[in-house]
Amino acid sequence: MWAIFLPAVIVAAGVIVRYGMSAISGKAISTQEIAGITVKGLVWAFFAGAMRFSSTSLTGNPNLVTKIYMPREIFPLAAILSQLLDFAVASVLVVVVFFLTRLGASLQLLWVPILLVITVALATGWALLISAACLFFRDVKYLVEVIITFAIFITPVFYDVEMFKKWSTLLLLNPLAPLIEGLEKCIVYGTAPDLPWVTYSGAIALLSLVAGFYFFKRWEPAFAENI
Amino acid sequence: MAADIVLRVENVSKRFVRGERYDSLRDLIPSTLAKLTGRTRSTPTAAKEFWALREVNFELNRGEAFGIIGANGAGKSTILKLITNIMKPTSGWINVRGKLSALIEVGAGFHPDLTGRENIYLNGTILGMRRAEIDRKFPAIVEFSGLADFIDTPVKRYSTGMYARLGFSVAAHVDPDILIVDEVLSVGDVVFQNRCIEKMNSIIRGGATVIFVSHNLRAIAELCPRSILLEHGKVRTTGPSQEVLREYLESCGQEGRQAKSKELAITAVRVRGSHSEGVAFNSGEKVSVDVEVECTGEGEPFSVVLFVNDDRQYEAFHTSTEYLGYPAISLKSGERFTCTFEMDLILAGGTFYFGVLLYRFNIEKIVDRVFPAATIFVNTLSEVRGIINPRPRISAFGPVAEIEPAKEAIKQ
Repeated sequence: MWAIFLPAVIVAAGVIVRYGMSAISGKAISTQEIAGITVKGLVWAFFAGAMRFSSTSLTGNPNLVTKIYMPREIFPLAAILSQLLDFAVASVLVVVVFFLTRLGASLQLLWVPILLVITVALATGWALLISAACLFFRDVKYLVEVIITFAIFITPVFYDVEMFKKWSTLLLLNPLAPLIEGLEKCIVYGTAPDLPWVTYSGAIALLSLVAGFYFFKRWEPAFAENI
Repeated sequence: MAADIVLRVENVSKRFVRGERYDSLRDLIPSTLAKLTGRTRSTPTAAKEFWALREVNFELNRGEAFGIIGANGAGKSTILKLITNIMKPTSGWINVRGKLSALIEVGAGFHPDLTGRENIYLNGTILGMRRAEIDRKFPAIVEFSGLADFIDTPVKRYSTGMYARLGFSVAAHVDPDILIVDEVLSVGDVVFQNRCIEKMNSIIRGGATVIFVSHNLRAIAELCPRSILLEHGKVRTTGPSQEVLREYLESCGQEGRQAKSKELAITAVRVRGSHSEGVAFNSGEKVSVDVEVECTGEGEPFSVVLFVNDDRQYEAFHTSTEYLGYPAISLKSGERFTCTFEMDLILAGGTFYFGVLLYRFNIEKIVDRVFPAATIFVNTLSEVRGIINPRPRISAFGPVAEIEPAKEAIKQ
């Protein structure tokens, strides 16, 4: 229920923003654009949720961290997994929207798992770092909140990168941007994602994952004393 | 490692930082800036470290039950957290062989919103059991905890005792190679405590190695043949539990004594038998205990209390000048006082410790305390086991000749 509600609100907000934009620019909004916002909103909801939940994953379970030994990466990974589950449930929304807008499928859908894996890897790497940082510094949690709130403006959720013409490169530097754009392209428009930029995101994701595990494991012995 | 050593703790030290350290960027950034600009205010972390453990060494053999005792803050829980890998030692090595299950705190792995049933699965998984294994042991766990009626209630509605019961029940059924139990018996009721001790005994008999931390000295003495005494992070003694316990109580007695006023002090306690002063007595022998008290300042009125504990530190009895009908004693500076207790030593065979208190019964204040003031060995006679020897005899022995009169006796 909540798994659908929250992404639905984000998608609704996106649609309203789009309507506003189209009213100003005088261009009518297409069904494809609405479908695109649905896809992007869902991915964004997953990513933001993953960051938010991982930030409290360690500090929210002091009993388990200080009283029982287990591999501590379970906590941020569980946060990712629970968000992934929500995401899977919310994907029903995409199916509904597609049914309503009568958009077809294409072979480009094969890109979807690849892009999703990169997204999850990126989220996991950052989640590991954030959860550990929040343990050592209690106010990182608020910082994460603020960044999530602002990040929706620098991530192409409510708009498309192409709208910004020559500035689009700058927006694509956000490793999440090519993934979100790519998912929209292959699901809604049936075109291939921008391969160089997806590779860039993939590289960042891999780097985040390696760095995440490396630092998490390095800091782990100090968790119980600092929590 | 030798073949049957399952745990080796080598030169382990652990350093902690005392006081608050920077745990937020809000505090860290200004102080870092201050340091960079050269304006260093007080540095809160430096020089405030202390050693929770210092060069602790011990080894455990397979199937051994090992007790860890010590006052609060001696480092007992820290050493357990190092063994269980929750924390890393600052220096030294810890080698563990086999599956380790730890009960550092009762119900630590419980989620308050889940029911007892769900928590058994959660906790069991955390402690290293497979789902099928828990399925198999589930009835036994519930049966042992005695919580069958509440097993589908969320544990947040449980009482502390119920929490403890469930926690111990799960941990006790894990079948680990090494079981670590930290002060869990203190919460349950007497029946459950005894059941826990029985269960731990059966785990030990089953060949597991058990590390047991408790302030329940009797439980330590009963369960663990060997113990370690920690004091301010250092090993004070390792060895047979009886000796370690005795040393622990002696150190407690000394500490307790230092804290009391020096104006009134017990200067001597002597136990004499009917023949001579000594340490070995026969059960039933008449003994006298002399207590000498010296007053060096403003003396307060006191009574003398004499108590005797057995080797598991259970009190056998205590008596006092007050109980025996004597008034409280008041001394002036420089005065000395002596009293002699006489008694029949109807104790069973074993080691007993005498302790003496100067006590103000009206305000319940301990003025001075010496324990153990004297240690005696009562010669073992095979007629009784336990603490006292009431000289049991048998006056009838044999087959019952006539049944009819007995039945009539019941009717009446």
